[in-house]
Amino acid sequence: MSVDIERANAEAVERMMEARPVLVGMGTAREVIPGMRDNLLLHAGPPITWERASGPLRGAIIGALIFEGLAKDEKQAIAMMEAGEIDLEPCHHHNAVGPMAGVISPSMAVYIVENKTHGNKTYSNLNEGYGKVLRYGAYSEEVIQRLRWMNDVMAPVLADAIEAMEGLDIKALIAEAMHMGDEGHNRNKAGSFIYTTRLAPYIAKVAPNEEVAHDIIKFLGDNALSVLNPVMAACKAMADAAHGVEGSTLVTVMARNGTDFGLRVSGLGDQWFTAPAEIPKGLYFSGFKAEDANRDIGDSTITETAGIGGFAMAAAPAIVTFVSGTPQDAINATLEMYEITVAEHKYFTIPYLDFRGTPTGIDIRKVVEKGITPRINTGIAHKDPGVGQIGAGLVRPPMKIFEDALVAFAERYGF
Amino acid sequence: MTVILSEVRTGAYHDSVVLMQLQRALLELPGVLDAGAVMGTEANKDLLSQVGLLTPEAQQAQADDLVIVVKAKDEAAARQALAQVDTLLAQRRSRVAQTFRPKSVESAVNTVPHARWVLISVPGRYAAGVAREALRLERHVFLYSDNVPLEEEIALKREAARKGLLVMGPDCGTALINGVGLGFANRVRRGPIGLVAASGTGLQAVTARIHQLGSGITHGIGTGGRDLSEAVGALTTLQALEVLARDPETQVIVLISKPPSPTVAERVLAAARATGKPVVVNFIGYTPPGAADGNLTFATTLGEAAALAVRLAQETDGTLEDEEGWPSFAEGQKYLRGLYSGGTLAYEALLLLRDMLPTVHANLHLEGVAPLENPMASVGHTVIDLGEDVFTVGRLHPMLDNDLRIRRLQQEADDPEVAVILMDVVLGYGAHPDPASELAPAIAQARERAAAAGRHLEVIVAVVGTDEDPQDLESQVAALRDAGAWVTTDHAQAVYRAGRLVRALDPAVGMRPVPLDAFHRPLAAINVGLEAFAESLTAQGAEVVHVDWRPPAGGNARLMALLERMKGR
Repeated sequence: MSVDIERANAEAVERMMEARPVLVGMGTAREVIPGMRDNLLLHAGPPITWERASGPLRGAIIGALIFEGLAKDEKQAIAMMEAGEIDLEPCHHHNAVGPMAGVISPSMAVYIVENKTHGNKTYSNLNEGYGKVLRYGAYSEEVIQRLRWMNDVMAPVLADAIEAMEGLDIKALIAEAMHMGDEGHNRNKAGSFIYTTRLAPYIAKVAPNEEVAHDIIKFLGDNALSVLNPVMAACKAMADAAHGVEGSTLVTVMARNGTDFGLRVSGLGDQWFTAPAEIPKGLYFSGFKAEDANRDIGDSTITETAGIGGFAMAAAPAIVTFVSGTPQDAINATLEMYEITVAEHKYFTIPYLDFRGTPTGIDIRKVVEKGITPRINTGIAHKDPGVGQIGAGLVRPPMKIFEDALVAFAERYGF
Repeated sequence: MTVILSEVRTGAYHDSVVLMQLQRALLELPGVLDAGAVMGTEANKDLLSQVGLLTPEAQQAQADDLVIVVKAKDEAAARQALAQVDTLLAQRRSRVAQTFRPKSVESAVNTVPHARWVLISVPGRYAAGVAREALRLERHVFLYSDNVPLEEEIALKREAARKGLLVMGPDCGTALINGVGLGFANRVRRGPIGLVAASGTGLQAVTARIHQLGSGITHGIGTGGRDLSEAVGALTTLQALEVLARDPETQVIVLISKPPSPTVAERVLAAARATGKPVVVNFIGYTPPGAADGNLTFATTLGEAAALAVRLAQETDGTLEDEEGWPSFAEGQKYLRGLYSGGTLAYEALLLLRDMLPTVHANLHLEGVAPLENPMASVGHTVIDLGEDVFTVGRLHPMLDNDLRIRRLQQEADDPEVAVILMDVVLGYGAHPDPASELAPAIAQARERAAAAGRHLEVIVAVVGTDEDPQDLESQVAALRDAGAWVTTDHAQAVYRAGRLVRALDPAVGMRPVPLDAFHRPLAAINVGLEAFAESLTAQGAEVVHVDWRPPAGGNARLMALLERMKGR
């Protein structure tokens, strides 16, 4: 059989770049996410069992069961998981993505993003802000209280606001934010400002009273990660558009569950390639050190998969200190990623590189040949549940998953 | 009638500075009178409206939409301009000074697109892979690495010959391109002598000696020590001779090698004759047939080769064809047809051509020339003496009567396989009083008919005569040139040119001519391997990008093999 890999990759990356993700609304997970059910929790990364789950993921699962009212406390939640009463499945099996632990439970409000070019839909949960949060495995009373406020008070208003503004083009928002110092993964400050300012007039219009409007706008405006989840869903929509192209060696999913790093390839269907995730290198908040860090976790690597995040580091010189360096290192980081990608993004451009497009479409062949793994900007979670974010830095996926995928591709297509 | 066309791209955000530059670039396109490229905000739409560029489509645009409007003198110009938008946006390559070192030839090419030469000095087992990558990216290769398997060398050189690229090496220590030394090379002055060398130190010794003797070098092309072996068949040497034959600055060629196999030597010497330039041959230890053989001169030592080349360069008149005179033909055009009025000139043409071309047919008897069964119908490469009896029965000799030649010229011109027509025009007492008055219009018509069928017909004419002849040499030459013919008064030069042109088209020879531009532009190169080579290029003022190379797949042989199979399929 003969398959033209170059052509397949060109088609896949074209689909990725031409996808146009628009935030079209909000919904409840069990009602809108395909395959969602009452005894199911979604999580970040490739498939995992409770037994192998890391601290932050376990904490988030416990918190989600308490939030759902399925367990009254930690002890009962653990018992339920050990008894196998609750199923765990990756967000990625349900067109969804979630940062860090990425746990989405049936009653949670989720963003709905639609790719207007190809019609596919994707989902993500709401961002809780910094500090003690469920996505880092915290499940104390204040965490659950905040989730309830987000679900019961904020989500309905956001739903009405998004409807009133007839959707928000996230692709255009990302492109604009990248000219304001964001790379879309670790830095979403500009994007979150844009997001808040675009929503605020409609929130003011649809909120039941001034108090609620104030609280929501303040919550969004104070959180420099407000837009991260819609951005991730948008990246998922772009990556999904590129998935399933026969003969393509393009990466369409990179995700971690805190234990394993998982990879999917456009031309290799739903097969996961996994290996133990690394511990990120980076800077720690005061009082924490590398020994406290959990293995790499979260679906947010969907940003790098779609050509932003660590790949667009040259756009975000303000955060180079996190990853050890000078603005020149940020430039070099992006230049290095051109080595393993098949295209320069048509719409996401970097001012400092004379508006060159970001490196887009990771080719597993190039990764293996050059020995260069994708560069990922990431937050660092504490290994114990409930502590939260303890730093930020840089991580790379294990080379083994790219090699395994390459071998599988060669077998599948008879090379 | 002016036309305004617009295009709205939904969700395509671009910075306003980029859009202003796009707008300016659109304005520079032919037929474009005005242009606008803006994001579709209300303020921007107002601006478009004020200058009369707000189309109904643009009016509908949202703030996130890219709006491009072109006002042009007609619809075609407007459409063409809009079709350029993606190209214009993509042209904005990074011009930022970068300390980043590319990790592969591919990204080095992206960084310095004008670098045409790739120097490779990585360990032998990886070298062929890097060279293949360079050829895939249409770059010439200087392959210093040794221990490259013979079959890899053959495959690389065949691929290169097919693409009109050079593979100098493997195990090539020296080359001089446009005044810049690659690998180990001496600092030598520029001059009229070009070299082809299968020996690095041989090339160094001869170029250094030429410099000492006061002359200089155009280019020194290395081939690698195995090039003249039976197995490789002198692929690079033949290409290099062909390039130097066309290079207008090279007046004398020196060919250096250890003794080649006899069959390869024959082929290489034929190619050397075909250059039409003086060639000094030094097959170290080879017993030459004589001191000289046509345009070939044999030397027995490197020093003698240098001295002979310098002397020959002083003797040449320096009249050389230029690169612009090298035409490009249509697919399927491959044959030469010689239409002679003079028997001895036809004979001389055959003597020269039989060494340059695989088979030549003729209605003359000569060893190594295939007889033409029907003189009225040409076969492959054919040279016809139209003064033979069969043609002159009942009519005047073709030196007096052009009619027969003109009819034959049209017949050949209509043959889609014909690329080159070679003719003689003999002036003087007794000959036709003004041959150009009849031949020139016929040549022009033949070329026009071929052009109408999408072909380039090259007509090469050798004129024999003097300025005191009644026909006036100068005006005859001028009239033929005006008709589009390539004209010379040196018959051998005409034959060499014709022979070289069809040689390059011959699939049996299998070579696509190497374009000369890479030899004439300031040298820019990509270096993979020994950093010292990059440093020495920089010291010589050449532009070089050093690749931060690592073995592919970390040197894992199984994965390397897989990757190789997954390329180019």
